[in-house]
This record gives sequence, C-alpha cells and structure tokens, in this order.
Amino acid sequence: MQASAVSGSPPRRRFWRRLNFEDTFFGWLFILPSVLGLLLVRLGPVFVSLGLSFTKYEIISSPKWVGLANYIKLPTDRLWLKSISVTLKYVVMAVPATLVTAYAIALVMNRDIKGISFYRTLWYLPTLVPTVASAAIWRWALNPEFGPINYPLKALGLPAPRWYADPKWAIPSLVFMSLWSLGNSTLIFLAALKGVPDVLYEAAEVDGASTLSKFRHITLPMTSSIIFYQMIMSIIGSFQIFAAAWIFYGLGGDTIGSAGPANAGLFYVLYLYRNAFGYFKNGYACAMAWALFLAIMLLTWLGFRSQRAWVYYETEGGGA
Amino acid sequence: MTRPPIPFGRMLSYIALIGGSLLMLMPFYWLISTSLKTLKNIYVYPVQWFPNPIRWQNYTELFAEVPVLLYTRNTLIITVFNVIGTVFSASLAGYSFARLRFRGRDLVFSILLATVMVPFAVTMIPLYVMFSKLGWVGTFLPLIVPPFLGAPVNTFMLRQFFRTIPMELEDAARIDGAGRPRIFLQIMLPLAKPALTVTTIQSVLWGWNSFLQPLIYLRKNRLWTLALGINSLGMFMPGVPDTTHFQMALATVMVLPPVILYFMAQRAFVQGIVLTGLKG
Repeated sequence: MQASAVSGSPPRRRFWRRLNFEDTFFGWLFILPSVLGLLLVRLGPVFVSLGLSFTKYEIISSPKWVGLANYIKLPTDRLWLKSISVTLKYVVMAVPATLVTAYAIALVMNRDIKGISFYRTLWYLPTLVPTVASAAIWRWALNPEFGPINYPLKALGLPAPRWYADPKWAIPSLVFMSLWSLGNSTLIFLAALKGVPDVLYEAAEVDGASTLSKFRHITLPMTSSIIFYQMIMSIIGSFQIFAAAWIFYGLGGDTIGSAGPANAGLFYVLYLYRNAFGYFKNGYACAMAWALFLAIMLLTWLGFRSQRAWVYYETEGGGA
Repeated sequence: MTRPPIPFGRMLSYIALIGGSLLMLMPFYWLISTSLKTLKNIYVYPVQWFPNPIRWQNYTELFAEVPVLLYTRNTLIITVFNVIGTVFSASLAGYSFARLRFRGRDLVFSILLATVMVPFAVTMIPLYVMFSKLGWVGTFLPLIVPPFLGAPVNTFMLRQFFRTIPMELEDAARIDGAGRPRIFLQIMLPLAKPALTVTTIQSVLWGWNSFLQPLIYLRKNRLWTLALGINSLGMFMPGVPDTTHFQMALATVMVLPPVILYFMAQRAFVQGIVLTGLKG
C-alpha cells in the first residue's frame, strides 16, 4: 500500500490516501458487529469464566473468591471422575468407529457405479434428523423388550443386550446411534477422495500395483490431511456431547438431566450443566469447563505434534 | 474409470449398498410406523412390523394434547432471526476481511476464528449471567441476538468466497465513484448468492436443531421449541399412560422440514459441508 503511494503521481497519491481512509473506516464499520460479538459473547465470557472458576458463585449472591479451591475439589469429586471416565470411554470408542465407518462409506460412494448418486442421497438422510429426534428414535429402537433390534436377536437365540438400560451397554448404544448420522464426514471424505489425481493411480497401474497397495500407498497418504482434520474435529465434538445423551438416557425425566443406570451416561457437559443449573454451583462449573477446555487444547496440540509422523502434505515433498 | 471393473467387486459393492441402505432407512421406518400404531400394538412381542390398525388419530391427538403449532412457531422465530443475523454479520465481515485493507484486520480475523475452538461449556455460565442481568432469560433474545454479532465459521466461508470474485468488477465500480457500501450491496452480495445460500441452510439447521441453549433460556412452556417439546414428552402427562407414539409423531413432524429443505437445495447442502469441512 505504502509503496504504491510513494511511487504514484500526486493525483494518484491523493486517490490512494482517500481510499485508505475509506477502507479503514468501512473496514471497521463492517466488522463492528463481529467485533462487538467477539468482546461480548465470545472472548469476553472466556475470561469471565476463568475468573469465576476461582470463586464460589450462586448467582443470587455475588461471587466470593476461593482461590484454587474449586480445582482442588475436582479430583475428590467422585461424580467428576465418573463423568471423565464416561466421556473418555465414549471418545475412545466413537472417534475411531465413526472415522473408519465414514471413510469406508466414502470409499464405496466413490466407486463408479450406476445410480451411485441415488445411494449418496439416501445415505445422507439420517444426518438431517435433528439430534433430539434421533436420540428419541434410537432410544425407542433399542428398547430391550419391544425394539426391532433385539427382536431378531432374540428370535435367532443370540444374546440381546439391554442397551441403554445396562451400565455396560449404555455407552456403546450411543456410539451405535452416532454411526447412523455420518453424512457430513462422509461427504468431506468423498470430496477428499475425488481430489486424489487420477494420474497417480494410472502410474501405479502401469507398475502393476494391486488394489490394496494403491489404497495403502496413494489413497491413504493423499487423504491423510483430511483424516487428521476430521479426527481433531471429531475428538473436540465428542468431548462436548450433550443433547444426544440428555435425551437418550433421560428424555426430559427431570430438570437436571438423567444419566442412565448407575450414572453410566453421566457425560462431562451433562454433569457440568447439572452443577450450574441444578445446584447453582457456578464457580465449580466454570472450573469444570476450564478443565475441559485445557484437556481439549492439550489433545489438539498433541494431535498437531503427532501429524508429522503420519499426515502427508504435498508441499513437504516427503511421504509416500 | 480408475480401476478395471471387477465383476465380483462390483457385486460386493451392490450388496453393501443395498444392505447399507436398508440399515439407514430402518430407523425411519420404525419412527413412522410407531407413530401410527395404537399404544397396545407398540408394546407387543413379537414386534408388529406393519401398524394394524393404522391410527392417524395419534397425530390429531398429539396436536390436541401438545401445542405443536406453538412450538413450531417458536422454532421458526428462532430460525428466521438466526438466518437474518448470520447473513447480516457474516457477509459484512466476510467482505471486509476479504477486500478492505486496514490495520489490525488479520489479527481480528485470526482471533475471531480461534474462538471457534472454545467449547460452549466455557462461555455458557458467563453468558447466562449476562443475559439474566439484562432480563433476557425467558425470552428469545439470548438465542436471536448473538447471530447478529458475528458467526465465525460462516464469516470465514464468505471471506474465502469474496476473495475469488475478480478485483476488476470492484475497481470498475470504484472508478465510477461507487463507495464501499454500494459496492458491497450492489455488486458483491448478488455475486455471493451461492455462498449466502450455504450460510442460510446452515443457520436454518442450527436454529431448527439447537437444544442446549433453548433448554437454558426458554424455561416457560409457551416459549418452547420442537426440540424442547420432544424432551418434555418424557415427563408425565395426565391421562396418557405412555407417550412413545406421541414422541415418534412429534419427531416425524420435526424431521420433515430439514428433509424437504435438503431435497430443495441438495447442491448447496453438499457444497456447504465440503466448504466448511475442508478449511483445515
């Protein structure tokens, strides 16, 4: 900008100066709503929440400074530990299960088959179902006595789990449900697969590569950056699951949210919500929120560190 | 195209496709068939696969017992303001970040984008405190004002889109003496229609599907959304021994609009997911 102002002739220089003022004025004017939002509803509350996490705050009375007391109490809170184990169990099961399934579906959808676009449309439909409706549907479909899933299992003499009613099966049931609505990840993987240049496959065919080795040495490395991105987003999302768990285990039973048998579905955010809006322990809930935030940041950072080992970026010139 | 056709592999593909389709559709069938069964036939073993008799009254009774139209109206109010607010704030900011040059622009943009990573749980309590001090709890305002104050993901998408529009179009207008507001309204916005469609669809879905925020702010029955309506069916209803048929009927009502929207604008749907999903 400055270089052109210096090199230009006098009338041109004036033109640029006027333009720069205009750009600055309208630039800030146009982002004003977003900047206000950034301060008031995005970044501001993050710092307020950090501050509140060092207080005892029950909304009716003003916050009272308690130092690190909330954080020190966390590891002694058995339900907090329970909510961590529940959430981690879900993340560990759901993230790989959904990634692998969505990728596999994308591979099928990428095949050059007549009528494939019909199947793509069809398979995307479940993703349109709102989470609350989806959880209600699955809760009923997984009904241990009268559901359409246990009926054939029982009829064939196979073991029929009691799903959400059994502490052992409560989490797998929810993972099962999450496998129903993978449309978005599938579409993203599909776009990534379509982005792999055909020449690579053609060259490999000339060399007599098998389907499997083409997949292993071309498809996987060429889509690994998308797999990585999807993995990170999936981890972040799975840690914060709320609506599905709320409906799936409780369906509005009470105002603090049911968590299934023996708290088997006491997800982190569910317990956080309970502390904030059920028990009015807002300082404690903020400390919980920050613990979650730190855990997610740490995992994301670890993820980014690990990607050097397995994610291929074309600009690096390395990899497969 | 890329692989030589292997009949056996092709056959396997078809089996996988058809089997998978049945799996994908089964819950829809279970949803709709349950919504048309009598309560007695819902709880039978073995499972009744086809509702007999078909009980359409489930729907008329649902509309009589539960204020479905009110919930729909509330959900629509939230959805419509969500769309207007998001399109307003994201298109203005997206254009500014893409085309206007001013000090601090890139810094603000990266901070805005970074806030996407903050879990909602972190800001949930301070926001609730703020809105309750404003007297907004128990109104739609906490749900419909924030979209007017920025939508980072959509801002990012619109910025990327505005950057692809040729500079010459803008330069020509500028030489004719058009100011930034006019260029934005008369040249850039009409050109950004595909990206705005994507933004609209995504905010419609957000408004229609959101649960946690309505749950926090809309404590009164007359403000409830459809999602909260389904939630409330788990509670005791006088005179109704079980609400499974109502749950499924209301879920059917809630599922229909997104499905219709999808068939109306399938391309924009797919585009939006791929555009916002590939940003990494």
